[in-house]
Amino acid sequence: MKKVLIAGYGLTKVEEHWDRSLENLMAESSLKALEYAGLSRVDAVYVANVYGEVLQEQAVLGSVLAEELGMSGVQAYRIEAGAASGIAAVKMAANAIQSGEANVVLVTGVEKLSDGTAEEHLALTAMEEREEYTGQMGVHQAASAALLYRLYLSRYGARQDGIAQFAVISHENAVGVSHAQYPFKVGLDTVMKSPYLSEPLHRLEATAVADGSAAIILCSEDFAAKLDPPKARLAACSLATDYVTPFDREDPLHFQALARATHSALEMAGVSREQIGFLELHDSFSIVAALSLESSGFFPRGKAGEAALAGKLSLNGELPINTFGGLKARGHPVGATAIYQLAEAYLQLTHQAGKNQLDNAKHAMVQSLAGLGCAAAVCILEEA
Amino acid sequence: MLEFGIRIPRYWRGKPFRYRLEGFRCEECGEFHFSPRLVCRKCGGKRLRRDKLSERGRLICYTVVKSASPSFEAYTPYIVGLIQTEDGTMIVGQLTDCDPEELHEGMDVEATIRRLQTDGESRLIAYGYKFRPAIQRP
Repeated sequence: MKKVLIAGYGLTKVEEHWDRSLENLMAESSLKALEYAGLSRVDAVYVANVYGEVLQEQAVLGSVLAEELGMSGVQAYRIEAGAASGIAAVKMAANAIQSGEANVVLVTGVEKLSDGTAEEHLALTAMEEREEYTGQMGVHQAASAALLYRLYLSRYGARQDGIAQFAVISHENAVGVSHAQYPFKVGLDTVMKSPYLSEPLHRLEATAVADGSAAIILCSEDFAAKLDPPKARLAACSLATDYVTPFDREDPLHFQALARATHSALEMAGVSREQIGFLELHDSFSIVAALSLESSGFFPRGKAGEAALAGKLSLNGELPINTFGGLKARGHPVGATAIYQLAEAYLQLTHQAGKNQLDNAKHAMVQSLAGLGCAAAVCILEEA
Repeated sequence: MLEFGIRIPRYWRGKPFRYRLEGFRCEECGEFHFSPRLVCRKCGGKRLRRDKLSERGRLICYTVVKSASPSFEAYTPYIVGLIQTEDGTMIVGQLTDCDPEELHEGMDVEATIRRLQTDGESRLIAYGYKFRPAIQRP
């Protein structure tokens, strides 16, 4: 298989950008990525976005971005796979490079949730569940996550503070990160004393309304030789699906799609779990981070919280996670999220991570989920 | 921003499950689907027959929803539970006719029909199943 490399990135700060449009945000991150790589044109553009039709009533985001960039004429697409859209778009882009159709492509993720209210945000997340079933029952994603949380605590007899610790780790790592939405520490006590969103899920164990856009440049090995910036290799990219409602699955506490995607990505990259230096996890809710670590085989079932409390997942631990703050603290602009994760992994592997720089990490795994695991996407990046 | 709410034909189509817990069961492997399917999601079988879930079941776990989407915000706080019906199927739905303090995991519950939401300017009412603590029968 032809090698695919990451040769550039561009990020906007994640926050509530009241004064800026979806179009403007995606143009900014894309231009930054193009400038970083020293490019003015690409062979194709892929936009990852989930809620544009609903929140901005705007479709054809591929054409919109091409126009914003003065690149009209180029082939451009918008890809959607819920919150896993970013990796889905990267997968399509990598396919285009590996098929030989394109040499260099721009992948831009974007979301602007602040055009809706907090209540509408809950309705949006319900779109990643079965609308005709759970949606019409008033069971939104946070409520389903709370039920999974309950099941988890009761099945494994696990301590809740272990799960809540995932929020603490993400906030710790976001300190000083210029593109992070919440770049400050939050103590375990504060998380545990925050109001319930849906018991036992606290407000501070969930993400909030966020706007942001992230872009990366992918290219072939031949093309990369012409570009100055440091590169990281996209060693694997894999996506799998599962039943949309977690309670319809054989075991709601096992993300089978993530298990599958992880297994196939490791095989594709030819590496073992032990070689993964750090993980960018999909911590849309603390419990989802714990279930992800266990479903992808990095920790035994029911044990992720213990690992979090023991410091194993912190920047100086044996398997650091969410090295720039994860979804919880860097922020979760849904369609853009996985592109932020990939850009952050790229920064680590090219030694541009500043105070969060990990030593000796040669391989990174980025995990992304749609909803509560109805799709899971996994990328493995390695030092080029 | 497009409005959230009830689209009447879509709502209408979902009535069998929402009113009566009626869905489609695979004749090959027994998998239950809440909506009409052409293919069984589990075994790929193509023979599915209309079937109805048991209206009685056991409460596996529950949570209280404190904030909700625009369609449901007026009803907060409300209780949402995971129920295993007598035939073994897991379904989610709201719990009614009780306070959270009266609930415990493992208790018997039964389905009833209630108002789920009132939507839009025309005040269209959506009905559907909710579960309540089972009335003890001799």
